[in-house]
Amino acid sequence: MTWETVIGLETHVELATKTKIFCSCTTEFGGAPNTHCCPVCTGMPGTLPVVNRQVVRFAAKAGLALNCEITRYNKFDRKNYFYPDLPKAYQVSQLYLPIARNGRVPIKTESVEKDIRIHELHMEEDAGKLVHDPWIDQTKCDYNRCGVPLIEIVTEPDFRSADEVIAYLEKLKSTLEYLGVSDCKMQEGSLRCDVNLSVRPAGSTELGTRTEMKNLNSFKAISRAIEYEARRQIELIEEGKRVVQETRRWDDNKDATFSMRSKENAQDYRYFPEPDIPPLELSQEYLEQLRAEQPEMAEARKARYQEQYGLPEYDAGILTSQKALVDFFEETVALGAPAKEVSNWMLGDMMRRLKDEELEPKDMKLTPANLAKLIKLIADGKINRNTAAKVFRAIFPDNADAEEYVKAHGLEQVNDAGLVAQVVEKVFAANEAAVADYRAGNQKVMGFLVGQVMKELKGKADPKAVNQAVREKLGG
Amino acid sequence: MKITTEMVDYISVLSRLKLPQEEKEKMTGELEQIIAYMDTLNALDTSGVEPMSHVFPVKNVLREDQVVPSFDRAELLKNAPKADEEAFLVPKTVE
Amino acid sequence: MNEILNLTALQLGEAIRKGEVSPVEAARAALERIEATKSDNAFVALTAQAALQRAEEVGKKIAAGELTGPLAGVPLGIKDNICTRGVSTTCASKILTGFEPPYDATLVEKLNALGAVSLGKLNMDEFAMGSTTETSFYGPTHNPWDAGRVPGGSSGGAAAAVAARSCWYAIGSDTGGSIRQPAAYCGVTGIKPTYGTVSRYGLIAYASSLDQMGPLARDAADCAAVLDAVMGKDPRDGTSLDVPAGNLLAGLTGDVRGMKIGIPADCFGDGLDPEVKKSVLAVADVLRARGAEIVEFTFPVMEYVVPTYYIIAAAEASSNLSRFDGVKYGWRAEGYEDLTDLYNRTRTEGFGSEVKRRILLGTFVLSSGYYDAYYKKALQVKGLIKNAFDDAFGKCDLMLTPVAPTTAPKMGESLSDPLQMYLSDIYTVSVNLAGLPGLSMPCGFDSKGMPIGAQLIGPALGEAKVLNAAHAFQLDTDYHKQSPVGKEAR
Repeated sequence: MTWETVIGLETHVELATKTKIFCSCTTEFGGAPNTHCCPVCTGMPGTLPVVNRQVVRFAAKAGLALNCEITRYNKFDRKNYFYPDLPKAYQVSQLYLPIARNGRVPIKTESVEKDIRIHELHMEEDAGKLVHDPWIDQTKCDYNRCGVPLIEIVTEPDFRSADEVIAYLEKLKSTLEYLGVSDCKMQEGSLRCDVNLSVRPAGSTELGTRTEMKNLNSFKAISRAIEYEARRQIELIEEGKRVVQETRRWDDNKDATFSMRSKENAQDYRYFPEPDIPPLELSQEYLEQLRAEQPEMAEARKARYQEQYGLPEYDAGILTSQKALVDFFEETVALGAPAKEVSNWMLGDMMRRLKDEELEPKDMKLTPANLAKLIKLIADGKINRNTAAKVFRAIFPDNADAEEYVKAHGLEQVNDAGLVAQVVEKVFAANEAAVADYRAGNQKVMGFLVGQVMKELKGKADPKAVNQAVREKLGG
Repeated sequence: MKITTEMVDYISVLSRLKLPQEEKEKMTGELEQIIAYMDTLNALDTSGVEPMSHVFPVKNVLREDQVVPSFDRAELLKNAPKADEEAFLVPKTVE
Repeated sequence: MNEILNLTALQLGEAIRKGEVSPVEAARAALERIEATKSDNAFVALTAQAALQRAEEVGKKIAAGELTGPLAGVPLGIKDNICTRGVSTTCASKILTGFEPPYDATLVEKLNALGAVSLGKLNMDEFAMGSTTETSFYGPTHNPWDAGRVPGGSSGGAAAAVAARSCWYAIGSDTGGSIRQPAAYCGVTGIKPTYGTVSRYGLIAYASSLDQMGPLARDAADCAAVLDAVMGKDPRDGTSLDVPAGNLLAGLTGDVRGMKIGIPADCFGDGLDPEVKKSVLAVADVLRARGAEIVEFTFPVMEYVVPTYYIIAAAEASSNLSRFDGVKYGWRAEGYEDLTDLYNRTRTEGFGSEVKRRILLGTFVLSSGYYDAYYKKALQVKGLIKNAFDDAFGKCDLMLTPVAPTTAPKMGESLSDPLQMYLSDIYTVSVNLAGLPGLSMPCGFDSKGMPIGAQLIGPALGEAKVLNAAHAFQLDTDYHKQSPVGKEAR
């Protein structure tokens, strides 16, 4: 019997707005418990929610980018349940009229190209954090994250493998990051995934009983959880047992899912329209403007880089993997630097520096203008590549001006042919044995001679010119 | 419609109320009476009528995305029945 | 009793501005009166020291010309479901014992800005659920006209305090008649303005789509002055309307010539006490004598207003009151074993039975399987009710109805039959459902000497019309000038 795994995803994404969805507290990550709070987000009596304009904007942008139909007249609803991380004992969400519906995300894996259908995308508020303190045997309620704006994206059960899920999540991440609506960092909790999984005999069209998996904190965990749970369900069915519809918690250490018995399985949330928030009506003009603001997305941009700049697919892929890189690249090119040059610097020296300093591209101090200057210095022959690499390393941390740095450190390339010739003479004179070696047929010695000349010139000569001069002197 | 104590139990769990038996029975009777009165609405033909949540056509009430300094934590925790200097405290929550 | 207590709020304000009376003197007089009428139990929290201090500060500012409004220096009482910073705000419930909000309601901020002097918090039905102020955790308030009778509810403390001359005006809240009905039972004037015209930020919510705060005072002019001070858009309340504020007092001309007063026959049928009916209808005569026209029509939707109201109010209340769980503020039960037990005990012991009844009712009508038949249905009927009012206001400028089927009942008579009590809200709840302005004013007394109130309902944003008609009525009658002072049956 061959089995098919059927998967649907519910993804919560934190929106990168400055303030919370219903109050003006900061959404900044971290902070001591309960220091990013106010009476509204702590659910004090008499307080009322007021919607953050930017949340609607970001959610609508996300919906458009995921090819959804925007529900132009949409509203909020209350989802009622008791838990200490929910100060009002209801979460304001959207059930009846979510802001976006019926979208699709094209994905490509090694074995398949398909569309994943988006059932709906809606806005909602995040809950707080509960931390158990074993010393006092009490759970501490921290409401800093209460009210942080989220969009929840629910797919149809269109996935058939972990690979497809990962491909979708990468596409989703890239899309949302390009739009600037979220930084989508799973490790920081700004992208969270719950996986709904069931199995069925291959070829069947009926859906099996599904379980929901939570606590998946990395793409790797998601893959492993999918594999584990599919296997678990198949084994159960093959043993003649039934799969229980329940929520299961993934345990990274044990590499397995466990039933969350405490979760009430059929919760009656008593959704009703939120009376404190008037409905939203998004005009055609508003949506047109959002569409117009949508940047060229990763796929299209990657293809364009290959065509327009002749960049290899791999390079284009890395550059377009993050909006901050794309922005940097395009700005530098716009200042006149050749695309391939820029690409090489970015993929080589820049990536190395970013990795070593554990820096995000968007937090980099180096500016496109400065890199463009550096590239121009090379192009104008003012410095050679070796020098340039050193200069790059030096100016990267604080964006010290490339030109000024070169001047201040006397790193200008020696372009005086006469001086080069002089030094070549000197080196040849001091290394008669090596010269003889070359004449005897040892070609590699040329490199040594070139190296000696460069050393004399303190590395500031144009290697090509030195090579040329040495070659000429050797009579080859 | 008939309201049973089982139904009252169900809605009690949802609303975190736990009435003692006698009170529950009394409440069941009262609720049945009240809900029977609510059933008079069934006499009205409301087919095609939009449910009206908001009485005036107010829309799009939005606020700028500007940070306002948060409240002093001590003020927020001051009224809590049980708290330390950092957070509200509750008995252990089951995950 | 100090004679100044018989002045209206505006009269006192003027006397203060002229330097004839100081705010401290006024506050002192009120505090003495409150002490003298202590058995009424109108106030649940008296902030005497703070009031006197504030009266002094305000007095200085008025003398310096910094505060010039008509209500500067005039002492008032505030219903205990309205957040007052650093001052206990309990909604007359055990579950909020000791709660001192770290913020003022927007309305309170506005009153503070104009130099109002708060004397303290007023008694009410627990969480504003009730029609008699008998469900208060702090014991009932007594009607100053007859201590054996209720003052009405849920703003019973507010109505009683104004009637007994313990303060010059009060701020109450009205979700299904809670300003208007106690005003009628206590012989004072009260108005619930159009939904959204007064910010709800800081009003502890009962039913979010129906709640509004409003004044209770000696007459329509005082009410107009208070509304002028507190109406207006509030960025902290998404449902607040962008309306110009400050023109109501100036608009009281008393001129009602050509105004069409609508009388819905369905509000004057069976179930209405004949003395009440007579007095209310007589209002039409007074207004007619001033040039108004009377229009009669049917208003059959009245039959459905009470169930519609209770479904919606209970549903919203069941959600709004979920936050009271012993975690963040208020009272927490003892002896709990775990989190669920904490919630169950706190809420079961912390809420009174009327509140629990409404929470259960509300939970039921929202629950899976019943939502469509009850909550959704009620929202549809609400739409029909609004349409019915819109139609009616195509035929008239204002509607005249009773406020309650009877005058104030005796204490202890109402709570045994909750459904019966709900039915008595029939004249007032429709106004909240449609979001319209509704005013209650004294229009007579019954054979027991108890006040009778008449209700004027206006179209949306029609508080000017409503107040003006009330003002006109009060120019030609003196029911609103009667007080129980000296007549108390103690």
